[in-house]
Amino acid sequence: MIRTHFSGAQYLEFASYRVDSPPVIRLEYVTKTYPKASRPSLDNVSVSIEKGDFVFFIGPSGSGKSTIIKLLLHEITPTKGKIYVNNRDVTALRSWKRPAFRRSIGCVFQDFRLLPNRTAYENVAFALEVIGKTKAVARRVVPEVLELVGLGGKEHRYPQELSGGEQQRVAVARAFVNKPLILLADEPTGNLDPDTSTEIMRLLDRINRTGTTVVMVTHDSNIVNQMRRRVIEIESGRIVRDQARGVYG
Amino acid sequence: MRLKYVLSEVMVGLWRNVTMTIAMIITMAVSLTMLGAAGLMYLQVDQMKDYYYGEIEVSIFLDKEIEEEQRASIESELDAEPLVKESRYESKEEAIERFKKLFEDAPDLVDAVQVGTLPPSFRVKLHNPERFGEIYEKFKDTEGIDQIVDQRNLFEKIFKILGAIQKMALAAASVMALAALLLVANTIQVAAYSKRREVAVMKLVGASNWFIQAPFVLEAVAAGLLGALIGFGALALGKQFLLDGSLQDLTTLLTPLRWDRVLLMLPFMAGAGTLFSAITAWVTLRFYLRV
Repeated sequence: MIRTHFSGAQYLEFASYRVDSPPVIRLEYVTKTYPKASRPSLDNVSVSIEKGDFVFFIGPSGSGKSTIIKLLLHEITPTKGKIYVNNRDVTALRSWKRPAFRRSIGCVFQDFRLLPNRTAYENVAFALEVIGKTKAVARRVVPEVLELVGLGGKEHRYPQELSGGEQQRVAVARAFVNKPLILLADEPTGNLDPDTSTEIMRLLDRINRTGTTVVMVTHDSNIVNQMRRRVIEIESGRIVRDQARGVYG
Repeated sequence: MRLKYVLSEVMVGLWRNVTMTIAMIITMAVSLTMLGAAGLMYLQVDQMKDYYYGEIEVSIFLDKEIEEEQRASIESELDAEPLVKESRYESKEEAIERFKKLFEDAPDLVDAVQVGTLPPSFRVKLHNPERFGEIYEKFKDTEGIDQIVDQRNLFEKIFKILGAIQKMALAAASVMALAALLLVANTIQVAAYSKRREVAVMKLVGASNWFIQAPFVLEAVAAGLLGALIGFGALALGKQFLLDGSLQDLTTLLTPLRWDRVLLMLPFMAGAGTLFSAITAWVTLRFYLRV
């Protein structure tokens, strides 16, 4: 017999757990000073991002917003403070555990970072195969994801045969194919024209609606103004604004 | 799938840079041949010591014109000597016979020797060849004895020469090994550079460290193994055509080299070749890929 009955106390406990469900990303008083740098890139930053959020980090070049991406990828570790991803202390993560950690995070960049000698399909399948998924899994999943990002029919094109926007879609497909908890985007529209940028943003929005938390670093004001999502503005390594449905500047 | 991927990466990696791969394999082969030769010498010298120290004799050469009773008294003295295991008398005629047999390839030399040129002698075996000095002290002033020669001195000289050759082979092997390992490091760097995009993506999507490193390390291991095989081939050819061929006369001096000993060098060389290559590749990757 399956128990479906909850006592009042149990229900309250359950409900309060739901309310206090831990944020998927939490930065606590994070300071990052690069060696030989005169001032910190991030200065005592605390941020908390809930599961399913869509967050923009904006700010001028050198403000420290890309440092956040690097910290979340565990590419660098903070000088001070703690970072929690999915309730796991990333600052205590040993480097040999980094690969497993990265499988829960997808990432896209301004320069796409696709492999030029592989087709769209192969680029996405590569991300699966190198983490030990079989070719059979790739055959099932990759066409699905390419369809999702709007590249159905272009699976066998090489990156140089695709437009910039299409290449970024391949990159998004690759980042999303492992169904990550978080999608990080570092200036994903930096190399794209405004119309294409809007399309990429629609795609990221769609991915966000599947429950994936999206963290995007940008200084594209149009994009931020269109989306009306949470905006965190950083200046000289400090948070100067954190707005739920913000605009740029 | 993973194994197939890794193996195909290894083949592609070795082909991409084929001139460097060949250079790497050749230096590795030469180095390992030297190492194998040094190893064989080590085994062989040990075996020769066991063999020759059992056979070693002290030769007591008598005056050519020795009286029969003098000879008999020396003989009985030797027989009574507790240090002596056995002694054997070799007359002038027997000495000539042995000489003729020893130098049958050089008839001129044999013709030049007549009965009386070679002295009669006692061939003495000691219980412990190290105690030659005591025998020497005891008999050196005995009437009728011309010279006492310890064969051990001769062998010590041979062993010294063999030891020197062995050291030289080891020195050459280590210099070549250094060159080979530098080539391995360089090849791995080139391979890692030409695959930097793939490596960056693999790191980004969370491929495990061993999966990223394995193709590179195996590339070095494959080269090391190939080098060991070629080196072993060279060693076997050396045994076949030098020791058993043109240098065959040496084997009357050296104990013959057995094939099973040569074969024993194969796992030794392959082990050394692959292990050092793998370590070098791995260390290079730690600096170069920072995975």
